[in-house]
Amino acid sequence: MSTIKTILNTITGTVEQPPRICKKCSAEIPYADYLANHCICPECGAYFRMRAVERLDATVDKGTFQEIDKKLKSKNPIKFPDYAEKLEKAEKASGLSEGVVCGTAKVGGMDCALFIMDSAFMMGSMGTVVGEKITRLFEKAAQLRLPVIGFITSGGARMQEGIYSLMQMAKVSGAVKRHSEAGLLYIAVLTDPTTGGITASFAMQGDIIIAEPKALIGFAGQRVIEQTTGEKLPAGFQRAEFQLEHGFVDLIEERPRMTYTLAKLLALHQTH
Amino acid sequence: MAAEAKTAYERVQAARNGKRPMGSYYIEHMLDDFVELHGDRRFGDDAAIVAGIGYLNQIPVTVIAMERGDTIEERMKRNFGCPEPEGYRKALRLMKEAEKFRRPIICFIGSSGAYCGIEAEKRGQGLAIAENLYEMMGMKTPIISVVVGEGGSGGALALGVCDTAIMLENAVYSVISPEGCASILWKDASKAPDAAEHLRLTSFDLLSFDVVEKVIPEEGKTNREICSALKSVLLDEIRKLSAMSPEELLDHRYAKFRKIGA
Ligand SMILES: [Zn+2]
Repeated sequence: MSTIKTILNTITGTVEQPPRICKKCSAEIPYADYLANHCICPECGAYFRMRAVERLDATVDKGTFQEIDKKLKSKNPIKFPDYAEKLEKAEKASGLSEGVVCGTAKVGGMDCALFIMDSAFMMGSMGTVVGEKITRLFEKAAQLRLPVIGFITSGGARMQEGIYSLMQMAKVSGAVKRHSEAGLLYIAVLTDPTTGGITASFAMQGDIIIAEPKALIGFAGQRVIEQTTGEKLPAGFQRAEFQLEHGFVDLIEERPRMTYTLAKLLALHQTH
Repeated sequence: MAAEAKTAYERVQAARNGKRPMGSYYIEHMLDDFVELHGDRRFGDDAAIVAGIGYLNQIPVTVIAMERGDTIEERMKRNFGCPEPEGYRKALRLMKEAEKFRRPIICFIGSSGAYCGIEAEKRGQGLAIAENLYEMMGMKTPIISVVVGEGGSGGALALGVCDTAIMLENAVYSVISPEGCASILWKDASKAPDAAEHLRLTSFDLLSFDVVEKVIPEEGKTNREICSALKSVLLDEIRKLSAMSPEELLDHRYAKFRKIGA
């Protein structure tokens, strides 16, 4: 049984996955084909939002991933109403205890630390646990002298944790800085969507910033901008191609070539 | 005993009150020989942030202050206190100048948030804030941030990475506006007062969470009295922080944020 099947089995209780339906062209894609095609619609080329396990399977050398802080859960720091229930639901729906998966692995035979956000858990929003896990990962990577690769997708800071969520932006930024000052590489891979407080912190702090094609990347929400300015947004606004044109991402890479490109960049940064 | 304590939303309204003093007031009443410095040396000068150097008593300090203006003309010019990327870049440029001369930095925060516009996005609003968070974590000079009005989300935090965080009693500091929170969660912006209560955004909430270190009382005080109380707290903090070595200071700053939600 492949890694992905084992992981899917543990999170969903079944190896059998239902076919995926493309939101763009309504194509029905058997799960095996979907996975083999990097979670891209074979009919119209639309990118699906990848689950963290799918991303891991596509990225790391088989059998090398060692997860860290898997069980960390939110303590509902400001006792926000209905939040405990929301967390429980998100856990059931996603099979994860929070919106980011962290660990160490080999990519193209090279050691690295990885964090992979998963939009199936409350849109990958950042509360205390997501902030703490990513902070710990950068601290551990600094200690072990490992580069960090982060696959980012997030709706922003998680409002149900109030000021604690906002402060995670500063906390993670501190850990990214310390890792960087140790002379270590951080590659941020921005996937659809990367918005709000995440764009205003670690998404934009990579030495190298890669975006997936057409990914929505921005600070302010599109509806908020329309309401604030009364202007109509230009076509392609805040998409990966827009960010490349304005100089905010280093490159756009297609999903089937992503692992290859990451391995190349890791190799180019090897110092010994 | 004073009148009954304000509700969270009453404090939000007090923080937003058009007559409430913002950054310029504190510069005018606290500093001597203030010299305003302009521009980010990249693109432009953002009037939503006033910055410069002056004396706090005899100590030279760099001040970075959000300002929304008083008259309607001034508010238009200052974009109602919502900074664009150039404002954050001006702030960072002048913080680095302060660092070079080991001069303490005081930031005054009071804004509904970073400006949400097409041009701001084109010029990297997210990146501008991200760079401030990152660089301020390594700034080798004391930073004190004072929330004097509404501390609106990432746009406020971009001046909020500090060694000592202070709030005026009726200032608020939140991840999202109560209206924004209510409309996302309950599809009803009129439930903002409930959201304000649940978000725990008052100065006393943040003091109890250890997110801010000091609250300056406002009840029954004039603006001048509040200003002078704040000034003496700032002087105390500068004295304390200036005694630390740069390494101690940075470790202290890292630890201050590292413990939040750990
Ligand atoms: Zn399709």
